[in-house]
Amino acid sequence: MTARVTFDQELEDLNDRLIKMGTTVENAIDESIAALKNKDIESARGIIANDRVVDELEKQIEYKCLTLLLRQQPVAKDLRKISTALKIITDMERIGDHAADIAELIIEITDGNVYEATKHILPMTEVVITMVHDSIWAFTKDELELAHEVIARDDIVDNLFADLKLELAEVIRSEKDTGKHALDYLMIAKYLERIADHAVNICEWVEFSQTGKHIVNK
Amino acid sequence: MSPTKIATENLNLFYGDNHALKDVSVKIKERQITSLIGPSGCGKSTFLKTLNRLVDLIADVKITGKVFLGADDIFHSQVDVTLLRSKIGMVFQSPNPFPMSIYDNIAYGPRIHGIKKRVQLDEIVESSLKGAAIWDEVKDRLKKPALSLSGGQQQRLCIARTLAVKPEVILMDEPTSALDPISTMKIEELMSELKRKHTVIIVTHSMQQAARISDFTAFFLNGVVVEYDTTENLFANPKDKRTEDYITGRFG
Ligand SMILES: Nc1ncnc2c1ncn2[C@@H]1O[C@H](COP(=O)(O)OP(=O)(O)O)[C@@H](O)[C@H]1O
Ligand SMILES: [Mg+2]
Repeated sequence: MTARVTFDQELEDLNDRLIKMGTTVENAIDESIAALKNKDIESARGIIANDRVVDELEKQIEYKCLTLLLRQQPVAKDLRKISTALKIITDMERIGDHAADIAELIIEITDGNVYEATKHILPMTEVVITMVHDSIWAFTKDELELAHEVIARDDIVDNLFADLKLELAEVIRSEKDTGKHALDYLMIAKYLERIADHAVNICEWVEFSQTGKHIVNK
Repeated sequence: MSPTKIATENLNLFYGDNHALKDVSVKIKERQITSLIGPSGCGKSTFLKTLNRLVDLIADVKITGKVFLGADDIFHSQVDVTLLRSKIGMVFQSPNPFPMSIYDNIAYGPRIHGIKKRVQLDEIVESSLKGAAIWDEVKDRLKKPALSLSGGQQQRLCIARTLAVKPEVILMDEPTSALDPISTMKIEELMSELKRKHTVIIVTHSMQQAARISDFTAFFLNGVVVEYDTTENLFANPKDKRTEDYITGRFG
């Protein structure tokens, strides 16, 4: 049993780093949605600059995982946990990228009331935020049930996205002034939908880490 | 899926009162490498020695159940045990060459089986040494004592000696645990060669070795085969908690 003490500490440390990266990504997406609501260009710039931090954390965790694979030659659950961490950081990094993408669009949108005009973007942001939060929680706490719930929530996002597209098409047709930003909002919504997909990916890896089965949901 | 080469059915073995193998039923696949892992004293060597009836030599051993080599029951009264042991060869932990020349070590088995002609023996010695990847290292000194070779070379010589009687199955009991990393690597490479013509069963204490070289792995614990699966499945996704605990170093 004593042989495992160091390894268990290393795994604990890996988990802490994943939580840190997860929290950083979560903050980025929270802030970009707040900036969208408040048209806060200053904050949007900060989010873009902060994306570097996420990239740096990804590199550190990747190095940590490779070192553990080399030194511990893990098997069974340990092997799955570490290889899963390597996959999940890629998804977290993409979520971070998309938060920055949204921030860039916020800077583009200088005027407009389209945000008020669309009923669906607000609930969409709310569901996406919980998906990101819960997917990272599910992985770091080994909560398979929660992972399944998050995967199920993706349908809500997809439906909201479909409704939002119709709504924005209506905006483009009716109001010429705000119409030019409608496409920016469409892209923001698309990024949100992609973020939800990455949260689903994370949850699928939670399933693999726990059970050895990697089931890809559409 | 390759066919079964050796099948055991409810194999039990007792050393006196010591129940060393308990209801072992496994099918060993032909021309595949199967690793046996598990803590010391759990019955791995006993299992190997049962397959070529080396356990017959131990007093007070009782066996129940069946072992088949192909379609043949190895415990059948008509079985020629010497012939069985040439079909199922064995390589041990510490290299044990005979105190004679390299050539005579290899020719020993064939001579016992009645081969006397020099050309024929020469041919067997060469092909066996080549088969054990040691020919180039010894071809110029076949008359030198086998004990003058290094440990790693001695172990490959012992493998060549096993090959000389054209076995179908090769049993290896921790064949690299006394060797340095380079010699170990050579033996491991040799095993992937051997599997083209032979069925290989190896006992190893190194989980990494089992993962590197074998197609199937059986986990033994207290005489029981707890789990037997493809090496990938057993190491990446073991089904039994005891396997998981053992391979991840949580006990033993
Ligand atoms: N020749 C023998 N006589 C009596 N008991 C033996 C003999 N060989 C092994 N045993 C016993 O059988 C059990 C299994 O031993 P063994 O097959 O050598 O295990 P392993 O190879 O897994 O370390 C142990 O309890 C051991 O003490
Ligand atoms: Mg042994």
